[in-house]
Amino acid sequence: MTSATLTSGATLGSQRVSEDVRYYEDAIRLFVIAATFWGVVGFLAGTFIALQLAFPALNLGLEWTSFGRLRPVHTSAVIFAFGGNVLFATSLYSVQRTCRQFLFGGEGLTKFIFWNYNIFIVLAALSYVLGYTQGKEYAEPEWILDLYLTVIWVLYAIQFAGTVMTRRESHIYVANWFFLAFILTVAILHLGNNMNVPVSWTGMKSYPFVSGVQSAMVQWWYGHNAVGFFLTAGFLGIMYYFVPKRAERPVYSYRLSIVHFWTLIFLYIWAGPHHLHYTSLPDWAQTLGMTFSVMLWMPSWGGMINGIMTLSGAWDKLRTDPVLRFLVSSVAFYGMSTFEGPLMSVKPVNALSHYTDWTVGHVHSGALGWVAFISFGALYFLVPVLWKRSQLYSLRLVSYHFWTATVGIVLYITAMWVSGIMQGLMWRAYDNLGFLQYSFVETVAAMHPFYVIRAMGGVLFVIGALIMVYNLWRTAKGDVRIEKPYASTPHKAAVGAA
Amino acid sequence: MDLDAITVMLRSFWTVWLMVLLTGILVYAMWPGNRRTFDHASQIPLKDDGQEF
Repeated sequence: MTSATLTSGATLGSQRVSEDVRYYEDAIRLFVIAATFWGVVGFLAGTFIALQLAFPALNLGLEWTSFGRLRPVHTSAVIFAFGGNVLFATSLYSVQRTCRQFLFGGEGLTKFIFWNYNIFIVLAALSYVLGYTQGKEYAEPEWILDLYLTVIWVLYAIQFAGTVMTRRESHIYVANWFFLAFILTVAILHLGNNMNVPVSWTGMKSYPFVSGVQSAMVQWWYGHNAVGFFLTAGFLGIMYYFVPKRAERPVYSYRLSIVHFWTLIFLYIWAGPHHLHYTSLPDWAQTLGMTFSVMLWMPSWGGMINGIMTLSGAWDKLRTDPVLRFLVSSVAFYGMSTFEGPLMSVKPVNALSHYTDWTVGHVHSGALGWVAFISFGALYFLVPVLWKRSQLYSLRLVSYHFWTATVGIVLYITAMWVSGIMQGLMWRAYDNLGFLQYSFVETVAAMHPFYVIRAMGGVLFVIGALIMVYNLWRTAKGDVRIEKPYASTPHKAAVGAA
Repeated sequence: MDLDAITVMLRSFWTVWLMVLLTGILVYAMWPGNRRTFDHASQIPLKDDGQEF
């Protein structure tokens, strides 16, 4: 960043608040910068591999740039690099304020976590490109990198839990419950799914401790709970702090937030088997996974209602504050994808949807609409606060980002619905002699136009993110764009129009 | 009764005690006497945190 931001970081790094509490912000700023950077990298990687699917020549004929190696680079970049840095930034920012306590272990520990986590990200991405992978979705890093991440994660857990334990606020605010569940469960998932035996101490290759269908079940216990606890519980922590903060009103129902937390925790952990419908996994386990997935509807929607209804009585803010619009729209997308998810976990629906692009579309309505949008909202909130600026460089640019990204998501998920359902129907079509009607490659050819549309959606999402980078950079520099301000109330807007 | 039998017996009660635990949480969340605590808790993010400038 610029020298201006570095100077402000040095002089205003720790702000004195009431009594003798100093909130650490230098390291939080690092996480914010990294999150923004990795977001763009991850979205670019996703758009590139989307184009590879539409135009295979883009594989470039090289093993290092083939789809199979770049795909985990994309997923890890968006989930662990972008999402991870967002979660570090928001959790370590809000835990200090909701506990009225500085970070346990000191800011040096936070910086240690920051550098090592981001070095881990780079090493993981390099290892995928060079062909080292465990072959487990979202758990691709090989054993040595898994051990490295374990150390970093334990330090993060100590810092976060230590801050909560030394808090000066008697009650543990609900956002911290979600962050704690996220940190603890991800630790257990990571250890459980990476029980691997290295072939040698000097090589990267390892084999899973469990094999066969048990290995598949462990993988999807991990995989679905990575969605449930990393991409859901963690980001719900963001929702419970940043939506009330930005809307300047308390959460709609604190009781509902308690019920939301415990029911989500109780149910999510059992939903994994729905990734293994119609496989050699025992039928009862499949049905169990389906049942718990359907039950998840209730806590998910309870949480969505709680987030959106926080604006009850202040709906006009959605029109005048594009940052809040990002935050609240993300919760609406959360409601949409948690409606679609249980539907797709029902076995007859899954018989059509599984292994098709419908799944990919579903994941992205959650990832782009929920995770990325709430992250954008949090970043737009955090940058002016952390760089001590009175306002963002431009709210209009936030709005342009919002609409560009929203159109991108709509193109993405509608293309994948059509493509996925078409693909599923073509796979199961028989002719009147009982032969399969289509060869596999015919389904691939039929999906081509939708792959192009999906890639265009990705391009729009990247453009939106670049608008955000520009806006945040100018904000950090302390610039304010000369633009037409948003009317604060409908009444004023009417007067202005007249 | 050997250890295996005890394990199997206790395991069959998991559903019961998880339901008891969940019911307890629901009662705690809805208990009228806790309303004041929760109203106070919901204000935590909105308290002055020295970030207004």
